[in-house]
Amino acid sequence: MKKITGSQAIVKCLQEEGIKTIFGFPGGAVLDLYDQLYDAEIQHVLVRHEQGAVHAADAYARVTGKVGVALLTSGPGATNGVTGIATAYMDSIPVVILTGQVPTPLIGNDAFQEVDIVGITRPCTKHNYLVKSGIDLIPTIREAFHIARSGRPGPVLVDLPKDVVAGMIAYPEIKPIRMHNYQPTYEPHIGQVAKACKAILSASRPVLYAGGGVILSDSHSELTELATRLNIPVTMTLMGLGAFPGSHALSMGMLGMHGTYAANMAVANCDLLIAVGSRFDDRVTGRLDAFARNAQIIHIDIDPTSISKNVKVDIPIVADCKYALTAINNWFNSEKSLSPGETATKNQAWIDTINTWKVEHPLCYMDDGDIIKPQYVVEKLDELTGGDAIITTEVGQNQMWAAQFYKFNSPRRFVTSGGLGTMGFGLPAAIGAKMAFPDKHVIDIAGDGSIQMNIQELATARQYNCPVKVAILNNGYLGMVRQWQELFYNKRYSSTVMDTVPDFVALARAYGAVGLRAEKKSEVEPVIKEALATKNVVIMDFKVAREEGVYPMVPAGKATTEMLLV
Amino acid sequence: MKHTISVLLQNKPGVLSRVTGLFSGRGFNIESLCVAETLEPEVSCMTLVTIGDNFIIEQITKQLHKLIDVIKVTDISNKEYVEREMVLIRVKAEASTRAEVLRVIDIFRGKVVDVSPKSYAVEVTGSASKIQAIIDILRPIGIKEIVRTGTIAMARANKG
Ligand SMILES: Cc1ncc(C[n+]2csc(CCOP(=O)(O)OP(=O)(O)O)c2C)c(N)n1
Ligand SMILES: [Mg+2]
Repeated sequence: MKKITGSQAIVKCLQEEGIKTIFGFPGGAVLDLYDQLYDAEIQHVLVRHEQGAVHAADAYARVTGKVGVALLTSGPGATNGVTGIATAYMDSIPVVILTGQVPTPLIGNDAFQEVDIVGITRPCTKHNYLVKSGIDLIPTIREAFHIARSGRPGPVLVDLPKDVVAGMIAYPEIKPIRMHNYQPTYEPHIGQVAKACKAILSASRPVLYAGGGVILSDSHSELTELATRLNIPVTMTLMGLGAFPGSHALSMGMLGMHGTYAANMAVANCDLLIAVGSRFDDRVTGRLDAFARNAQIIHIDIDPTSISKNVKVDIPIVADCKYALTAINNWFNSEKSLSPGETATKNQAWIDTINTWKVEHPLCYMDDGDIIKPQYVVEKLDELTGGDAIITTEVGQNQMWAAQFYKFNSPRRFVTSGGLGTMGFGLPAAIGAKMAFPDKHVIDIAGDGSIQMNIQELATARQYNCPVKVAILNNGYLGMVRQWQELFYNKRYSSTVMDTVPDFVALARAYGAVGLRAEKKSEVEPVIKEALATKNVVIMDFKVAREEGVYPMVPAGKATTEMLLV
Repeated sequence: MKHTISVLLQNKPGVLSRVTGLFSGRGFNIESLCVAETLEPEVSCMTLVTIGDNFIIEQITKQLHKLIDVIKVTDISNKEYVEREMVLIRVKAEASTRAEVLRVIDIFRGKVVDVSPKSYAVEVTGSASKIQAIIDILRPIGIKEIVRTGTIAMARANKG
């Protein structure tokens, strides 16, 4: 058989996996691969920092549902990527990270730019590999893609020693991947499904609690079918926003620490909690013994370790959400005794109660003359993009206001670092999303602190004519931390004042982008309109009310009914 | 409660650190851990003794199973099983205590595997509690050094 180089084989393998765009940064250990990419059909996006490469690949995966790919060099290139890898890991995002490594004879010698990246990333990857010989190269990369995208998805790292990539190999034929040690359970147990359905029928105060798993498994329509057919109110986690239309009457919005009053009250008072692809994170549950205290709990998740990890579950269903929800919907469809009229009005008293909660304490904020309230900016972004933009976020108050005030009606529109809460995620993520959907508006809702963590990616956006928009909710503070200091540390604003920031408008110009500023409420709308109409990268600097807080708020460790309200 | 968990895993570099990393990262206990090849050289068997309530043990077995390189996880303390551990003990054996030491070794069906003018090295095999018992008895005589293998275990075959 004709032999080819390892790097030729890798590029061929990536093409077979359907990869069109990868994100990376070169260096000595990956020179062979970069030489191969020079005239390959795969587009390589050169970022300005490796963290950005992994975040961009991650966001590419979040918006497309396909595996994202990042390529980093050995040593510092690989370690710079670690925050990105951990971010993808916490949110179960399928990413394959290819890292260069020193040649195999030098491994373990403290060679130049050698780090044990497999050791470093073991706890923050779904799996990882060091490829030690040419014969393993392609099978390993194929396995990495398989593991990244199947079951509960996650990042997989493949470390590639320089001699392996430079060596000659026979390209192995594609064959189906069979791993007897790795076989995720997709199909639900039919007995458990029936149990769950009966519990749903006999409940009078049910709540659907949907997480990122619904989006990862593309089961938003199955979820919507279940909710609307049986008249079940829905709340979503931060990662689940978009799994159910945010403007639907049955939507209660987000639950948890900064969730809506209605969602938290509904969960506290429900008699049946149906958790779908969510994992009872501490930011969602608050004090555990008070969470859904009187409810039976159904938990659908593809990862058995998520079930009964934090909260004891009555009816566990280990399955892919799509398969499980389909089975549940089928059960109801074949149940002849149920008249549609009956199920459509089921739980009506409960819905009425929830509606009074919605009216009593809606998401809101106090207007303050011509001062820009950050929530207003998000509302305007929602309105002026028709609720159909892809929104990425940084971390902090900006992220929570984006989650609360932008109404996500479809999945894969909200791209945020949920589990790890990584400041600096939003801008590279916006680039990754925009590379996947060049025709969609992609807006990073940012904080003045976070944006500085990966601001260098403006150059990447410019280089690839990738006109992302950045909306900085500029409060001159590390606002979310300041809010905690305000509430729990006697307003001692220790190291959270950020009054020395760059002039973001001038900075945008320095990168060849467009900078716009709004200092008064009346300037918000024109600035957004101009930004959306601009074909270039735009930074919008909104000087917002400095000490605005995110409410409702459940203080850490309190029951979710103990909300601080506006 | 103490649980003995048997894990079949791929015999590959780094697999052990995946397991130990899981335990340290999630704050699980490891009492002892033994690992060696099975009949198939590409598969290893690990016996792990850990402590935790049912909730934790369930998490441990699920988390172990989630590791890609893990093939099978069995909590064999839920079944009938045999467990063995081996210990090497270097115990003081001077003229006045030699006979006493030999008698104890005999009771525990141990073997003397190394002799010096002032000490014996003794090998004893048995359950963890038997090993503990001989240690407790020899301690007053004077234990100079001790090496334990940790527990290995096997489920009993179905009767009939
Ligand atoms: C990399 C990283 N470092 C620190 C934190 C802790 N942290 C969470 S929110 C926040 C403040 C963010 O400030 P800014 O970006 O201005 O957002 P704001 O809350 O003001 O909207 C900080 C420091 C974090 N989440 N990520
Ligand atoms: Mg800020």
